[in-house]
Parts: sequence; C-alpha cells; structure tokens
Amino acid sequence: MKILVPVKRVPDPATTIRVLPDGSGIATDNVKWVINPFDEIAIEEALRIKEKQGGEVVLVAVGQQTWQEQLRTGLAMGADRAILVRSEAALDTLAIARLLAKIAEEQKPDIIILGKQAIDDDSNQVGQMLAEMLGWPQATFASKVEFQDRKCTVVREVDGGLETVAFDLPAIVTTDLRLNEPRYASLPGIMKARKKELKEIPADSLGVDLTPKLKIKKLDPPPKRQAGRKVASVEELVQVLHNEAKVI
Amino acid sequence: MQSSEHNGFASNSPNGRDAHNRLLESMSAVGIANKDVVEAPYLTQEHILFREQVRRFVDTEVKPRGEQWEEAGFVPRDVLRRMGELGFLGVRYPQAYGGSEMDSIATAILAEELGKSTFGGFAVTVLVHTDMASPHLANAGTREQLERWMPDIVAGKKIAAVAVTEPDAGSDVAGIRTSARREGDNYVLNGSKIYITNGVHADIYFVAAKTDLAAKGSRGISMFVVEKGTPGFSVARALKKHGWLSSDTAELVFEDCRVPVANRLGEENRGFYAVMKNFQNERLVLGAQAIGEAQAAIALTLEWVTQRRTFGTTLWEKQAIRQRLAMQAAKVEAGRQLVYNTAWLASQGRDCVKEVSMLKAYCGELVNEVMYDCQQFHGGFGYMREAAIERMVRDARIHSIGGGTTEIMLEEVAKRMIPSRDRT
Ligand SMILES: Cc1cc2nc3c(=O)[nH]c(=O)nc-3n(C[C@H](O)[C@H](O)[C@H](O)COP(=O)(O)OP(=O)(O)OC[C@H]3O[C@@H](n4cnc5c(N)ncnc54)[C@H](O)[C@@H]3O)c2cc1C
Ligand SMILES: Cc1cc2nc3c(=O)[nH]c(=O)nc-3n(C[C@H](O)[C@H](O)[C@H](O)COP(=O)(O)OP(=O)(O)OC[C@H]3O[C@@H](n4cnc5c(N)ncnc54)[C@H](O)[C@@H]3O)c2cc1C
Repeated sequence: MKILVPVKRVPDPATTIRVLPDGSGIATDNVKWVINPFDEIAIEEALRIKEKQGGEVVLVAVGQQTWQEQLRTGLAMGADRAILVRSEAALDTLAIARLLAKIAEEQKPDIIILGKQAIDDDSNQVGQMLAEMLGWPQATFASKVEFQDRKCTVVREVDGGLETVAFDLPAIVTTDLRLNEPRYASLPGIMKARKKELKEIPADSLGVDLTPKLKIKKLDPPPKRQAGRKVASVEELVQVLHNEAKVI
Repeated sequence: MQSSEHNGFASNSPNGRDAHNRLLESMSAVGIANKDVVEAPYLTQEHILFREQVRRFVDTEVKPRGEQWEEAGFVPRDVLRRMGELGFLGVRYPQAYGGSEMDSIATAILAEELGKSTFGGFAVTVLVHTDMASPHLANAGTREQLERWMPDIVAGKKIAAVAVTEPDAGSDVAGIRTSARREGDNYVLNGSKIYITNGVHADIYFVAAKTDLAAKGSRGISMFVVEKGTPGFSVARALKKHGWLSSDTAELVFEDCRVPVANRLGEENRGFYAVMKNFQNERLVLGAQAIGEAQAAIALTLEWVTQRRTFGTTLWEKQAIRQRLAMQAAKVEAGRQLVYNTAWLASQGRDCVKEVSMLKAYCGELVNEVMYDCQQFHGGFGYMREAAIERMVRDARIHSIGGGTTEIMLEEVAKRMIPSRDRT
C-alpha cells in the first residue's frame, strides 16, 4: 500500500506563544518547532499499515527550507521518502489542498492520512478539501483504521459517540488523538534518515492557483486568566454566574 | 508562611502589579530558554533530533518511575532493554553491532539529558554501561571479542560494569593489588574491588588486574572480561550509599577465579594505559551529566521561587534570590559550553586531556554549589525526602569524587599549565 502523509511544521505545544505587538503574527525567536502532533499520529498509522501489509510511506510538506527538519524527523521514524513543496509565502488552506491534490495525482497513493487539524491555526479543512478535489471518500477524526483488501473501515470520533464507516480506496483519512501513540525515532533511524530521499519542488512549478482567498487580519492573545475567587454560598455563586459572568 | 500584611506596596499598588506581570512574562521566557538552550554551532540535525528522543524517554519513562527505582536500589532491566531498542546504548559503536557511529557530542547529549532526569542513580547506571565500562571492549577488543559481546551490550541484554577501584587504591590506579597469574590458557584472578557501579546486577565486568607483580604499577596491569557466574567470582555485598540510590554498587571478590586468555582485552601489561584513555570519555560524560543535573535543579528551583511567597512577594521578586540564581545559571552555561567544546575537540580526534580534566573539576564542584543554593531556596521543604531537590543534593555529591576526584583533576590540569621542562 502506498501511503501519502502530509506534514505541517508548528510550534511545540509546550512552548509559550507570544503574539507580536502589532498582532500580525507570533514571535518566532526561541520557538521550538515540531511536527503537528496530529500529523505525527498520521505518520505512525502509516508506518503501522506498512509494517502489516508492506508498501511505501511518502511524506509531503508545503513550506520553507526549514521544514525539512520535520520531514527528516518523519523519515527518522521510518517513512521512506519525503517531498518538500517549497513556498516562501505562507499559503492558505485552499492553496495547500490544491498543491497536495497535485502531488497526489502524481504520486498516486492508495490512501492519504493526515492530521484532523494543525494545532497552530486549528483550521480543520485541508483533509476535507483534498477529498473534494480528488473526488475520494473521506473519514475524518479517525480513532481506528482497518483494511480488508481494497476496503477500509474507520471508526470516527463524533459528538457523543463513535461512528463506523467503510469505503473503497483510494481515500482520505484524518487522524484524531486516540488513534495511536507515535513511536520514538530510534538513533539508528535518525542516522538512516540522513540518506533517505528528500526532494524539493518549487510550489509555483506545479501550475496551481496559489492566490490566497483568506487573509489573517489580526491575532489576539487569549485574555489573561483572572485569579479565582471564593464565594460564600451556592446562592452567591448563582448570582455571580448570572450577573457578572453572564453564563447562566 | 510569615505574615505579608506589613509589606503591601510591592504587589498591591497598580505599579507593583504591572511589575509583577512583567516578571511573570519574563519567567515564561526563562522557561523557554531553559527548554531550548541555544545549541552549539557544530551540532547537527541528527544531534538535535537525538536529544529530543532522549528527552521524551526521560520525561515519559524515567521521571514517573524513578522513585520506585530509588526504593528498589537498581534500575529494572526492561528499562535498559528499551533504551537498547531505541539505539541509546550504542551511540558511537559500529553499525555492525547495532550502534549508530555518532560522535562524542552525541554522547554528551545523552549524558546531559539523562542528568536532567533528576535521578542521578538512573543516569549513572546507563552511563557506566555505555561510556565507562563498554568502551574498554570497544577500544581494545579483537574482532572475535567484539562479535561475542558487543551486540548484547548495545541491545541492553547484557549490562556492563568496570572494576578498577580497590579498598587500597582509588585515585592511585597504579597501586591496585588484584592479581592475574597466567596458568596455561587461563589467568587466575585474586583480589577484591570496591564501589563498583552496576556491580550487583551487571552481566559482564571489565576488570583491571596486575599481570606483572614485579613491574612498576603502571607497567604491569591488564584488563579482563569476567562474566557473571564465572567460578571464583562473586558479589560480596551491595553497598549502601549517600546518594545515587537507584544505582547498584558492589564490592566484588575474586578467589582463584579462572578466566580464559581469550578474555584478556588488549596487550598484556598495557591495561593501565587503557584505563587512563577511557577516563577521558568517562570524565567528559560525568561532566555532561553534572551539567544536566544542575540545569534541572535550577529549573525546579525557578518553579518553586516563583510560587513561594514570603513577606508579601514571591521569592523570585527578591533580588538576593534571583541574582544568585542568575549567576548560577551563568556558571552552568559556562560549564555547559566547556563540556560541548571539549566534546567537539574529542570528536575531531584532538588531544583534550587538559580540557577534560578542567571540565570534570569545574562541573563536579559547580553542581554541588548549585545544589546548595537550590536546596537553600527551597527552605524547609528542601530538607524533606519528598522534595526532588533533596535527592538531587545527595546525588550531586559524588561528582567531585567519582571518576577522578577534583584534586586529581586539578593535578592533571596543573601539569599541563606550564611546559614540562619548567616543572620541578
Ligand atoms: C558511588 C561510587 C561509584 C563508583 N563507581 C566505580 C566504578 O564503577 N568502578 C570503579 O573502578 N570505581 C568506582 N568508584 C570509585 C571512584 O572512582 C573512587 O572512589 C575515586 O577515584 C576516589 O578514589 P578513593 O575512593 O580511593 O579515594 P582516595 O584516592 O583515597 O582519595 C581520598 C582523598 O584524597 C585526595 N587525594 C588522593 N590523592 C591525592 C593527591 N595526589 N593529591 C591531592 N589529593 C589527593 C582525593 O582527591 C580525595 O579527596 C566509585 C565510587 C563511588 C563513591
Ligand atoms: C528539619 C526541620 C525541623 C524544623 N523544626 C521546626 C519546629 O520545630 N518548629 C517550627 O515552627 N518550625 C520548624 N521548622 C521550620 C523552619 O524554621 C523553616 O523551614 C525555616 O524558618 C525556613 O522557612 P521556610 O521553610 O518557610 O522557607 P522560606 O521562608 O520559604 O524560605 C525559602 C528561602 O527563601 C529565602 N528567603 C525568604 N525570605 C527572604 C527575603 N525576604 N529575602 C531573601 N531571602 C528570603 C530563605 O532564606 C530561604 O532560603 C523546621 C524545619 C526543618 C527543615
């Protein structure tokens, strides 16, 4: 089975994020960058599928030169090769999906597994857009993925429970948190990754319309958490929730 | 806690509140800086990725279980095997035996990150295996010897110890008395070893013994591989220690213990030089471990002093405290740079005995100084067994003694400070 796994570079979830004073972005000095945790789960799932049935795991990222660090990490985990679609400009989800669709047409994977969302902008769109563009079935928020021949069964995490869907390949699956626990990159894996293929393709060579449809106007940091306060009685609590917090 | 009523101005006035917020903000910056210290320019992507993996292992597999190991007095075998599977035990060893052929910088990274676990006993269990014992085999082993033992060592299936120190000879290695008398195809070992790390639970021991009793000490020593279960070899007792409780330490006894000639490492009577050579790597690693411990202690203490309030403000808001921590952080960073620069020199195959001796002396003393302050700033809590810093203080004490005392290290440095012809 040939598996394509799109990978995004995001700030380490443990890093304290500071929004630039003018709201145009976040301060990136001192930020540690990692693979988007949901994409890491996608890589792990792809590797497990490959270990069971053989095949190839191909990583793809759309970003700058520095993004090869995250691709190398994925290669160190065990992926076979990687493609970096070079774009200096930040692209919106639609452009990313278009580029990935193009890569998919070229690579002809049996399945594309990607994170349900990136933890930086939480868009939750690329997988769905990609399914539409390719005309493939999709299963988002997967917590279990199984195969029988060319048929794939996915258990999805939906509000209030689980939903099981089945469909034929090729298809798109987006990962949820409980799907698996990503492995370590072993030290021999890290050394092997050095020699694996990492191909760069300029984004503007793919004949895709990259004009942004979406503009980020401003970022605001979340409001500072206020100190807690003790109330004397349930009556007072209800009063405060109603009159001050206005939540009930 | 003391009353804070009489000292209201710092945090109650609007300005004080702003200052407080700014401090909290700068704190989170400290947090980041602490997590992502600036890496030396010669570090590669592989080094950095390796560090991340070791760090994850320490956070998820070591920190939650370390207390249990302290109680048990040793690190369970499954942990070491897991590290073997991940390739952490064969950093510099040949690929043919499962190693990764990295360099001394990667070794320093391993030691630093294990030191950050806050369990010195765990860290040293691993590092004796990887960097103090098994290098004897890696450096002097014949192909046959390497093939026989190396794969299991790299996989963590066989754990190694190194036995040089004796009741009557520690710093003075040339003064050891354990003897190895040649008898046909065997050597017969007699004597005892003390303070041997991994001594209780190891499978394979690298033992220094005298093969030429008549020769001057440094010219009559050889190294032997002695496997657990060899008749005449026994663990006399497990030693109770001041710190490093999760590390097993033993006294070993050899009584007419017959070891085949095939188990001798390197040339006969050249063992002293092998020990001296291996000390270089061992000391670099201990220095890196100490620096990891010092960083972890400062991080723990920052958490404490930014929460703890006395006289109306947090301890961090008192200059007496934060300036002392800032100075310690500066010294630790200096030590860290010395460690990495020396690791880099070693990775280039350059002579760095002076630098290694300097860093062992410096880091071994510094970690104790840092622990003293960190425990001090924890107040009464720092004296309690439940405080991590209390354990770390005990663990750190060994750093100025084990693997070459500060005094011996300073002699090594001093010797190299003036040209030999000018020495008296
Ligand atoms: C927990 C622990 C684990 C250990 N693990 C191992 C191990 O795995 N394998 C192993 O072989 N050994 C091990 N050792 C032994 C360790 O390496 C020695 O304890 C150390 O080298 C010091 O030797 P010593 O104890 O004989 O002290 P001594 O050599 O007796 O030194 C006593 C004091 O005298 C000072 N001194 C000695 N000579 C001089 C001099 N010429 N000038 C000035 N001062 C001097 C020393 O600095 C020290 O302060 C371990 C020790 C401990 C405590
Ligand atoms: C074994 C033991 C036995 C004890 N027995 C008793 C007992 O019988 N009865 C009893 O009442 N108490 C007892 N204590 C408590 C002991 O007196 C306190 O631990 C001690 O006074 C320190 O207070 P603290 O622990 O709250 O530390 P903190 O007051 O929180 O101090 C922490 C650190 O901050 C420093 N610091 C605090 N304020 C300032 C400042 N303004 N400027 C600069 N630095 C500052 C301190 O010097 C210290 O280094 C005992 C403690 C221990 C460990």
